[in-house]
Amino acid sequence: MRKVSLDSVYQLAKADPRVVFIGSDLGHGVLNGMKKEMPERFFMEGVSEQHIIGMAAGLAMEGFIPYVNTIATFLTRRCYEQVVLDLCLQDLPVRLIANGGGAVYAPLGPTHLAIEDLAIMRALPNMTVVAPCDADEMRRCMFRTVDWPHPIYIRLAKGGDDIVSHEEHGFEIGKAILLRKPGVGLFVTTGVMTQLALRTADQLAIEGLSCGVLHMHTVKPLDQVALHAWLPKVQSVIAVEEHTRIGGLGSAILEFCNDEMPEQALKVRRIGIPDRFADQYGSQNSLLGHWGITVDSLCDTMRNQLRKA
Amino acid sequence: MVLDQPSKDIRRSIISMIEGERRGHFGPAMSAVEMLRVLYDSFLRYRTDEPLWPNRDRLILSKGHGCLALYATLAHKGFFPKNELETFGKANSRLGGHPEWRKVPGVEATTGALGHGLSIGVGMALAGRIRKQSYRVVVITGDGELNEGSVWEAAMSAAKHKLSNLTVFVDYNKLQTYGPTCEVLDLEPLTEKWRSFGFEVEEVDGHDVNALERLMTRLPLNPQKPTAVICHTVKGKGFPFAEGKADWHHKSGLSSEEIASMYDCLA
Repeated sequence: MRKVSLDSVYQLAKADPRVVFIGSDLGHGVLNGMKKEMPERFFMEGVSEQHIIGMAAGLAMEGFIPYVNTIATFLTRRCYEQVVLDLCLQDLPVRLIANGGGAVYAPLGPTHLAIEDLAIMRALPNMTVVAPCDADEMRRCMFRTVDWPHPIYIRLAKGGDDIVSHEEHGFEIGKAILLRKPGVGLFVTTGVMTQLALRTADQLAIEGLSCGVLHMHTVKPLDQVALHAWLPKVQSVIAVEEHTRIGGLGSAILEFCNDEMPEQALKVRRIGIPDRFADQYGSQNSLLGHWGITVDSLCDTMRNQLRKA
Repeated sequence: MVLDQPSKDIRRSIISMIEGERRGHFGPAMSAVEMLRVLYDSFLRYRTDEPLWPNRDRLILSKGHGCLALYATLAHKGFFPKNELETFGKANSRLGGHPEWRKVPGVEATTGALGHGLSIGVGMALAGRIRKQSYRVVVITGDGELNEGSVWEAAMSAAKHKLSNLTVFVDYNKLQTYGPTCEVLDLEPLTEKWRSFGFEVEEVDGHDVNALERLMTRLPLNPQKPTAVICHTVKGKGFPFAEGKADWHHKSGLSSEEIASMYDCLA
């Protein structure tokens, strides 16, 4: 997914002289082609995230479209004030490509786990937040970013994930994709949790429980039309995210319910990372299992919800 | 250094802004009056009737709390009417306690949180280079602002890119909010610091209009490097009761007598 996103920046830069790339201290050889072909629009600025965001703002104020890439935690936590004031307050078209959303960097420990990035980015006026579900969708997403007039936070997953998205669904910022039509239950998901929800829906189908999957690749702006359409049609809704249960997709859905459809809120449950820092290393999957974000736990939650409904 | 009439006029305008809401960052505005005045009188290229003229020079007041001096200077140059200054800080005014981009004509970046302006300036200077535009970028920082690590990240980047189209003016009034900079977090040796970060550096009396003018005719000081001009200034310059006094950094609840005594200093 990361390679696709960076290759896309290169392609975009070839087509549009406004596109520039800024990295911090990325892997040796990253975007070498772009560096050779258009060195004046390729920047590797060192471990200086605060500066990089300000510099991107300055370029954007002059009409450029900067794509900034580094590890998600450093792109959100270290330079939050620059993101808030330089990018969001000035409402500039800077794109933040965040490596390793969620538990991708499990073996590296909690310093590298972006567990609250969606929440803190979503809280900012003017910010758009997207989390594609696979590499193909990432490519479609990237080509939609060029002319979006606001800052965008783009959350990347590990890479090498299954391809579950479909070309015909396209990608429109702020428009959810119904990957599986619901029967009694609906999983609302973002990022690679969409893949987990699809596997869960397969499992539940064997048991005769028909569940849909609404993939919200855009966490902000939330697709209220899709929620309006599908929430009333099902008995149970489970939001799934590789993110703290505080402030992410599940919270956004409940905020929507509170504002627009209070009667729907009771059927919504949130599955995500518990409110504590990671206390294990291992792998992304082992950590997700440790946190109870698995096909089995999703099945249990949906069964219990439907039993109560 | 005795203030001449134009310097007094700008200070009078600053007081008129403070007078409305009886509050404002008095000290840090008064230390920056001459550098702003000379920049707009003698150095910067701009069109007041076309504030977004593509080839204009960009000035970023990174010490955004000094905006009283910037607003007064912009009004005196004709970016907006002088009588608008009296709206400072009022609910529907364009002129807030820190300057906002695309709200006030002539303001090139939103500043207020310290340590942001130089990075933005680096981005603008790089943009000019990519597009082969000849505009220059000036960033005015405070001295307390130099406590922020982000300033030095930006300085390294400016030097790496040899941004001779970028000049930093440091308003070195040697006082930050709590007290003397040498006690709160010492900046010295400041000239050597900027030099070691890759800048061509010069020091100047930041209230000496002639010295500032002479220096600006020589910019950039080095065609291969960004420039840092360290302006030795006095916080609250022109007002004996405020000069060099940390508690005049920001004032609120100013009395009519205090306002009158400010005007008296400029008589």
